[in-house]
Amino acid sequence: MNTAYNFAFFDEGSKREIRRATLKAIAIPGYQVPFASREMPIGRGWGTGGLQLTLSLIGKNDVLKVIDQGSDESVNAVNIKKLVSDTTGVATTDHTAEASLIQSRHRIPEVPLKKDQILILQVPLPEPLRYYEPSENETKKLHGEKEYSGAWLMLFEQIMKYGSMTTGADHPVMVHDRYVMAPSPIPRFDNPKMNESEALILLGAGREKKVYAVPPYTKVVSLDFEDYPFEPESFEDKHCRLCGSTGVFLDELVDEATDETFYQCNDTSYCIETLNEVEPFGVK
Amino acid sequence: MAEFEVPVLSIKNLNKQFGKGCPYCQDEESLVKNYCPVCGTVYACRDVSFDVFPGEVLGIVGESGSGKSTLMQCLYFDQEVTNGEAYLADYHNGEKNLFQESSQQQRYIRNNIMGKVYQNPLLGLKMNFSSIGNIAEKLIAAGNQHVGMMENRGTELLNKVNIPVHRRKEAPKNFSGGMQQRVQIAKALSNRPPLLLLDEVTTGLDLSVQASVLDLIKSLQRELNISIVLVSHDLGVIRMLADRTLVMLEGRVIEQGLTDQILEDPQHRYTQQLVHSLL
Repeated sequence: MNTAYNFAFFDEGSKREIRRATLKAIAIPGYQVPFASREMPIGRGWGTGGLQLTLSLIGKNDVLKVIDQGSDESVNAVNIKKLVSDTTGVATTDHTAEASLIQSRHRIPEVPLKKDQILILQVPLPEPLRYYEPSENETKKLHGEKEYSGAWLMLFEQIMKYGSMTTGADHPVMVHDRYVMAPSPIPRFDNPKMNESEALILLGAGREKKVYAVPPYTKVVSLDFEDYPFEPESFEDKHCRLCGSTGVFLDELVDEATDETFYQCNDTSYCIETLNEVEPFGVK
Repeated sequence: MAEFEVPVLSIKNLNKQFGKGCPYCQDEESLVKNYCPVCGTVYACRDVSFDVFPGEVLGIVGESGSGKSTLMQCLYFDQEVTNGEAYLADYHNGEKNLFQESSQQQRYIRNNIMGKVYQNPLLGLKMNFSSIGNIAEKLIAAGNQHVGMMENRGTELLNKVNIPVHRRKEAPKNFSGGMQQRVQIAKALSNRPPLLLLDEVTTGLDLSVQASVLDLIKSLQRELNISIVLVSHDLGVIRMLADRTLVMLEGRVIEQGLTDQILEDPQHRYTQQLVHSLL
């Protein structure tokens, strides 16, 4: 552990300021709380929002897991883990069930989260109405007056153009029947996991200087229309070629040599855990 | 007959000033036109009162700077009034002063009971969204949640304003000025509002397009029997559309009456000048 820095990199005052914003965010589900985003040793827009939340919350007994698009071992995830463990000395893990803090870029893990866990999502664009209304001043008013026709209008436009809602990720959700929220670019597949989640979900946008939250057991509904209901990505009839799992989020991969298309778990730690469970029984 | 005489919209003593005012301009005699030379306050609308009756087209004329557009912006809550009252027959039976309602309620009124067509289509339309999306925006804002229904209603309206069906998914930024204006009209009509506000809708359009837009407004007004408040500095437009006319000057209503009366027998000096300058 590097003792040149204060515990968890930040000074105590900074951590307290971020935690205060976080408390307000939890008190008003889905509302974007501004906070003084700190300078970080990584560039803004590379997960600094999530990282600041992690650093402000982490304690000596926490166990940290960091994932990047479902992978524990990508460069971004590894570097964030290194920074946190170097300045705090806390243990890191790949196993979702063992972690108390999970920082994630654009996925919610396949293993259901428990009530003593906190999920921290990195957010590039926290404002769900930004494309509809460029002015922050105006979007604040729209949120204040619960005027969300713009959010539905963007979905309507997609239906007009492409015949269906085409949000690949970041499909807007209504939180606690009050605020429309950008769930960060998680696939539609993960949206339903936010609804009545046992774990606390925090979302941090470092570049845009906003923190927001979905407290445990909060109603989260994906926006849709009466005749165009919300549908998560479907992987019917498909399974992971490594562990054989079905009903999980799969990556589509193409073997360029043989032109063969195959599917594989996006959540790598889930895939390995499933493989380790299966093999001792000699099924494979 | 009594029922017929209930106004759709009733405005009482509307005032709008830009600036705080000062002791010097309390005395209206000291104003230069409607401007206070001491504190710089502009009195844009001064004590404006009028009623609009069902199915009536009320014209408002005046030179530029006379407060016509400010009045319209106040009516559509784009600007906050300094003081005054407004009552809509379709909102709480005309018993609530619209200007005192919360901004959320005002939004509801805009989305459900009124429609507005701006002089500049940039203000009334989202230029990057499709035309049908622009119409849907107002329908969604009024609580609509059914894509098929909104698409049908949008197509029907665009048909009515003569936008070819195959261009309904195109963005208004690709359209000519006249077409943009017609999309705005379609959008304003989407919720079948009892009251339509038109702010210099034909200014800046060429003559043939002007004529077709005016024709359209006239026929839609007859067909749907909506009330219209129409602002223009073009007396030709007023003559063609308005049943009754107000003349504004320096923020005040200086003369009002039947349009024919105003145009044939103007009483106020300014109105006389205005009518006589008609080519």
